[in-house]
Amino acid sequence: MTAFATLLRRDLRLALGQGGDAASVLAFFVLAVILFPLGLGPEPLLLARIAAGILWVTALLAALLSLDQIFLADYQDGSLEALAVMPAALETQILAKVLAHWLVTGLPLTLLAPLLAFMLHLDHAAYGTLILGMALGTPALSLIGAMGASLTLGARRGGVLISLLVLPLYIPVLIFGTAGVEAAIAGLPVRPHLLLLAALTAAALPLCPPAAAAALRQALE
Amino acid sequence: MQRFANPARFMRLSAALLPWCGLLAGICLIMGFYLALFVVPPDYQQGEAVRIMFVHVPSAWLATMVYAVMGSASAVALVWRHPLADIAAQSAAPLGAGFTALCLFTGSLWGEPMWGTWWQWDARLTSVAVLLFLYLGYLALIHAFDDPGRGARAGALLAVIGLINLPIIKFSVDWWRTLHQKASVLRLSGSTIDGTMLWPLLIMALGFTLFFVTLLLVRMRSALMAAKIRALRLAEIEAG
Repeated sequence: MTAFATLLRRDLRLALGQGGDAASVLAFFVLAVILFPLGLGPEPLLLARIAAGILWVTALLAALLSLDQIFLADYQDGSLEALAVMPAALETQILAKVLAHWLVTGLPLTLLAPLLAFMLHLDHAAYGTLILGMALGTPALSLIGAMGASLTLGARRGGVLISLLVLPLYIPVLIFGTAGVEAAIAGLPVRPHLLLLAALTAAALPLCPPAAAAALRQALE
Repeated sequence: MQRFANPARFMRLSAALLPWCGLLAGICLIMGFYLALFVVPPDYQQGEAVRIMFVHVPSAWLATMVYAVMGSASAVALVWRHPLADIAAQSAAPLGAGFTALCLFTGSLWGEPMWGTWWQWDARLTSVAVLLFLYLGYLALIHAFDDPGRGARAGALLAVIGLINLPIIKFSVDWWRTLHQKASVLRLSGSTIDGTMLWPLLIMALGFTLFFVTLLLVRMRSALMAAKIRALRLAEIEAG
């Protein structure tokens, strides 16, 4: 457990200390969302109709852009090999790195989403569902993304490749995330959608770290 | 399992099997196409368009079956480091991608007159489109590394992860209310397709499967021969 906490602290300090990576992902999120009203015209009804889709798709892309932060620097400077021979299980360490990634991307994205939803004139009834849905769904994005990031370590054109591998697996999160907000706008029950999002995260939690660990061991061979 | 890891034994076995597989695949496909195009009566609702089903359904079955073959071969390669399993998975992938593309294409051709739309974002269609992207992602991943062994292992892992999509495709029509119809051939209460259409469909499915096996054997044999040629060239260079 101490290894978990130490690694988590280290990754957080690296991500926040430089002040670069974490903030630029959020800046991308805000900028990309702002492009839509500029591109589509500032029609409030149209924007309110597509706000949920814009926010979820952009959050997905922002999470995707930040995935190489999880392992790439450690892989290049060799600290990943040091981590792999530590007594703590590799799966636990991956979980710590995924949690650090979520704390600097998924959580801020969730907190920023209502502000951007306000700018897109999203129906007020849907705010709670949007925030709760993103809080439940973004951990799955980090978990699945860690799997893709570990598979593509050392690959040529890793950035394009990782999106090809990870985006198809992100589709369920996107579907249930936007469906929940749509249901809230229409006044339908949102509980099933939120439960499905929670189920996706709950299923990814035990399945993704071992898969990522297997991929890391191969990358380090 | 390890008995078949010997490439020489595989070459002998596949050389003996290959002509029979090819011959049977040809007979089944010719017979199936003849029955489907000329003998089967037009459907009372779908009219002549029902004939598209005789290509669409077998290619959909093959699209998922080839992925199952690829996923299990990859699992075998990961667990036992079985060299032929890696070659089998890599040889199956482009074939599976081809069947998936054929399935989506013929489905689209059938959907336009029947449903009035080329494409609908329902669960079955979307999950099959995801399957196509899993195939493409796998193909991109195995060729993305300078060391082919690393590409093969990363690809094998991805193929095993992607197996999760197969039950989603199969049950998508039951879990969600889709435009795509539910299963009508494989169901507990027996098939709901009339015998005059079921038999040609099964013959086509057998023909497609044998066609896949034939192509898989050809691709695996040529991959093995290419590896041998490379090894011989290297030995020649080293000998000076």
